Amino acid sequence: MLLLALDTSTPAVTAGLVALDETSGAVDVLAERVTINPRAHGELLTPHLKDAASTAGVALSDLDAVVCGIGPGPFTGLRAGMVTAASLAHALDIPAYPVCSLDAIAAEAGTGTPLLVATDARRREVYWARYAADGTREAGPAVSPPADIDIGGARVVGQAGAMLTDTANEPSYPTTNGLARAAASSVMARGEPEPLTPLYLRRPDAAEPGERKRVTEVSR
Amino acid sequence: MSRVIMGIETSCDETGVGLVRLSENDAADATATGPRVELLADEVASSVELHARYGGVVPEVASRAHLEAMAPTARRALATAGLTLSDVDAIAVTAGPGLAGALLVGVAAAKAYAAALDVPLYGVNHLAGHVAVDTLEHGPLPRPCLALLVSGGHTQLLRVDDVASKITELGSTVDDAAGEAYDKVARIVGLPYPGGPPIDKAAREGDPEAIAFPRGMTGPRDAPFDFSFSGLKTAVARWIEAAERNGESIPVPDVCASFQEAVADVLTMKAVAAAREYGIGTMVISGGVAANSRLSALARERCEAAGIELRVPRPRLCTDNGAMIAALGAHVVAADLPASPLDFSGTPALPVSTVTVR
Ligand SMILES: Nc1ncnc2c1ncn2[C@@H]1O[C@H](COP(=O)(O)OP(=O)(O)OP(=O)(O)O)[C@@H](O)[C@H]1O
Repeated sequence: MLLLALDTSTPAVTAGLVALDETSGAVDVLAERVTINPRAHGELLTPHLKDAASTAGVALSDLDAVVCGIGPGPFTGLRAGMVTAASLAHALDIPAYPVCSLDAIAAEAGTGTPLLVATDARRREVYWARYAADGTREAGPAVSPPADIDIGGARVVGQAGAMLTDTANEPSYPTTNGLARAAASSVMARGEPEPLTPLYLRRPDAAEPGERKRVTEVSR
Repeated sequence: MSRVIMGIETSCDETGVGLVRLSENDAADATATGPRVELLADEVASSVELHARYGGVVPEVASRAHLEAMAPTARRALATAGLTLSDVDAIAVTAGPGLAGALLVGVAAAKAYAAALDVPLYGVNHLAGHVAVDTLEHGPLPRPCLALLVSGGHTQLLRVDDVASKITELGSTVDDAAGEAYDKVARIVGLPYPGGPPIDKAAREGDPEAIAFPRGMTGPRDAPFDFSFSGLKTAVARWIEAAERNGESIPVPDVCASFQEAVADVLTMKAVAAAREYGIGTMVISGGVAANSRLSALARERCEAAGIELRVPRPRLCTDNGAMIAALGAHVVAADLPASPLDFSGTPALPVSTVTVR
C-alpha cells in the first residue's frame, strides 16, 4: 500500500511517501521532505508532499491512504497538517488515519527500553507521553510543566527532552517512518479510520467580557 | 466552454465553500461587458454562536471551528450543486485580509484540493470577493464602479476598474469598522451580539432624530473619504451614562435609531460624494452591514437623487461566504491571470490592491 505521511505538530514540516507491506507490516520510506521552521507549516506542507511524491515517482492519485499526526502540538501549525490530510482524503477518496504525534516519535525511537517522549508546548510546558519497553503507551498524551513529570528510568526523546534531562536524545520530531509504523496496524485492519480530531490538550484563551467600562467619570 | 470554480473562505468566523460556473461569452454578444458567472452552491458553517458570549470573534475558537467544518462544508456544497470534485476546474481561496490562524486553515485546504485534483489555485483578496459577489446577482460590473464595503472588520470605499485586477482604495475607517460600531453599541444598550440585526430591529420603533449623535470625519479639514466610528460609539455611551445618572429610563429604540441614522448618513454621504468626484455611475454596497435596512434605504434615496445606479447583493451574499470567493476566482480565471504558487501563505493585512497573490 502506498501511504502519504504528514505531521505539523512540531517545528518540523514533514511529508513523506511510504510503501507499507500489507502482510508483514514492513515500512519502506520512498521519499521524505522536511523543513524545520515553526512558521512555515501552511506555506510548505503541500509543496513538500508534492516534491516527495515526485521524488518517489508516484502520482497523488496512486495513494491508498493518508497518515496524519494529530498532535499534541501548537495549534496553528498543527491545523495545517490536519486540514491538508482531511482535504486530500476527500479529494482522492481515500481514508486518512490519525496518529498521536508522540507515538510517531516513540515508534521511530524503537522498543527495548521504556521511553518518555516530550515536545515543546511553549509557555514553559511540554507535551509528553510515556511508553513501556514493548512500545505501548502507558501515560499521556498530556501537557505539563517539566517539574511535574516523573521520568523514572525512561529514556527521554523528543525535541523538548532537553527541558527534562541533560541526556535527552534523538529522534526530536515525528518522522515519516515513525508515523507509518505507528499507523500500520490500523491501516492494515482496513477499518473505518478514527476521526481526525486534533489533540489540543488546552482550551482556547478567551475571557468573557466583564462589566462595561464607563466612558465618563463618576463623581461621588 | 464552461468551467467550475470552487471558492473557499475562512478569513473570520464563517467557513464558506461556494461553487460557480464560468461561461465564456458568445463573441457575437456585443452587449456583454464581462464573463457570465452563475451560482451553483453556497454553503456556510458559522461559529458565531461560539463567540457570542465573548462579545466578539475569538481567533482560536474560529480556527478550531474551521478545521472541523472544512471538509463537511465542501461536501455539502458539492452535493447541493450535484457535482463531484472531478468537475472542479480551479480553486480560489481567501488569502487575506483576515485572522492569520483562520486564513491558514482555508489556504492549506485549498492547496491540498488543488494538488490532489491537479487544478490551478488562486489566492484572492477577501474584500475584492465582497465586490465580485454582486456579479452573481446583477451580472457584469460596469467599469469603473464604486464599492462601499461595510462589515464587522472593514469599512472601505473602493474604486473598482476591474474586479479581477484593478481596485484602488479611496478611503477607509481610521478606527472602528461600521459593523464593529454596531456590535459595540449593542453591548452598551444591552442588546445581543452580533449587534447589527437587533439594533436594526429596535431602530424601527424609534425616532432617528431623537438624539443628535456626531457624524465622524465630516469636518472641512477631514479626509473626505475616510470614516471614524469610535467617537460615535463613545457619544452613545456618554449619552446613556448621563441618562442613567439622572435616573431616566433608556429609550433604547430612539438611541438605536439615532445611532443608525448617524452611521447610514455618513456612509451614504461619503459614498455618493466619491462617486460624484470620480464621475462613477454605479455603486455596489456589500459586506454584512449592507443588510442594514436604513443604510440601503438612504443609499437608494441619495443614489437616485444623484443619478447613480445602486446595486446591493441579497443579504446572504453580503455576509462572508465561499460563493464570493468562487465568483472572484471566476473573474480571475476569465481574465487569464496566472495562478498562485503553492507556497504562498495567508496575509492578515493583504491590501485591497492585491487581488490575487503571486
Ligand atoms: N441589519 C444589520 N445592520 C447593521 N449591521 C449588521 C446587520 N446585519 C449584520 N450586521 C453586521 O455585519 C457584521 C458582520 O458582517 P460580515 O458577515 O461581513 O462579517 P465580518 O466577519 O465582519 O466580515 P469581514 O471579514 O468581511 O470584515 C457584524 O458586525 C454585524 O453586526
